Amino acid sequence: MRVPTDPQTGPQTDSQTGEYLHDVRLRVNGVVHDLRVPARRLLSDALRHDLGLTGTHVGCEHGVCGACTVLVDGRPARACLMLAVASVGAEITTVEGLTRPDGSLGPVQQAFRECHGLQCGFCTPGFLTTVHAGLEENPDPTHEEAREMIGGNLCRCTGYQNIVRAVERAAVLRRETADGDRA
Amino acid sequence: MKPAPFVYHRPRTLDEAVALLASEPDAKVMAGGQSLVPLLSMRLAGPATIVDVSAVAGLATLVVDDGGVRVGAMVRHADLLADPDARRVQPLLGAALAHVAHPTIRNRGTTVGSIVHADAAAEMPVVLAVLEGSVDVVGPHGGRTIAAADLVVGPLESSLAPDEIATSAWFPALAPGAGVGFAEIARRRGDYAVVGVAALVEAGGRARVGYLSVGDVPTVVDVTGVDPADAGEAALAHLEPGGDVHASAAYRAQLVRVLTARVLREAEAHRQTRQGAA
Repeated sequence: MRVPTDPQTGPQTDSQTGEYLHDVRLRVNGVVHDLRVPARRLLSDALRHDLGLTGTHVGCEHGVCGACTVLVDGRPARACLMLAVASVGAEITTVEGLTRPDGSLGPVQQAFRECHGLQCGFCTPGFLTTVHAGLEENPDPTHEEAREMIGGNLCRCTGYQNIVRAVERAAVLRRETADGDRA
Repeated sequence: MKPAPFVYHRPRTLDEAVALLASEPDAKVMAGGQSLVPLLSMRLAGPATIVDVSAVAGLATLVVDDGGVRVGAMVRHADLLADPDARRVQPLLGAALAHVAHPTIRNRGTTVGSIVHADAAAEMPVVLAVLEGSVDVVGPHGGRTIAAADLVVGPLESSLAPDEIATSAWFPALAPGAGVGFAEIARRRGDYAVVGVAALVEAGGRARVGYLSVGDVPTVVDVTGVDPADAGEAALAHLEPGGDVHASAAYRAQLVRVLTARVLREAEAHRQTRQGAA
């Protein structure tokens, strides 16, 4: 599926700064998007401003807080530390891509909801993407491994206890789903 | 918190990358971008041109043999850490890489990029220096090899010329009968170390200890023949621990004493284990 963002008709330079605008094709959550952006456009801003995918949150904007974490070819990456123009050719997954095809919550999202793993929700998209990939790599984490998995994400509300519970609950939900799919 | 405008190139070959770097004034090489992009966003760096080498053919190669580990410029920390052969041939790599930021940063950041970024708070420049490795660079006049001891000339300043690109780093294998140790103290998991220490103890008794986050540049001190309990104090004669918002100079000096003894004992235990197994 292609989203017509109509880049070819606009000017190739920014009218205010005179910057060259690159034609960039991004693949996000399985959908191809064509956009025209300056080289300095961060991937986090391209997702939010150019594509309207505001599920990815921008916190510290220098790679510390983890709120903007997306998956790049399945591996967690800080969207604020990537240029959109350098993200060509990668399969990008945002929090919007973690729901099931029918729109219901994925196992990690469901677990965060059940375990009260969020309060204000600002950091949550980064946790969800990080945990989603973390459980792909390690489907049955110990308590210590669950803590380690979220070590690069900051939350200022919860005190992390319920987030760790949510990681462990998500591992259970994933296994149940896998069993259900096999049945 | 947005980068200033810059011209962006994404060459496909090393020749093209070198030519771009030679022809563009004020150009900066970008590999994984995990140190450069925050500097751009905070506008602490504002190059006119970025040469992104992530698509350059041949830079993402990791070659491990009995002699050592050659890490291409686009090998990510995570991939080096995940390589069992690299960890076996040079165990200090795995020990130190586990302390490099968080897994999410290691997924994008490159080991060579971190080395030539020459941050005194980074692990891998110290590892390269302790092991007496080297960095291969290429410029418009050809290639050369820079020994680790000659690589860092000041804070965040390497001896690469502005028109040179680091293509790989070389970590020699751990010799038979040698052992290594690594430890660091950080305020939070994955943060920059308040102090970090890497040690290499060789079969003949030669002992080298490298320090990160202690001074302006990564520093290696030879502590051959010194008792581990006294080695930190001896090393402090060659170090100038600084004080900042994270730790006082006195606290850093105390960490140097404690961690030096700890990693030297760890390296000696590792050495004896390997000797016993051999």
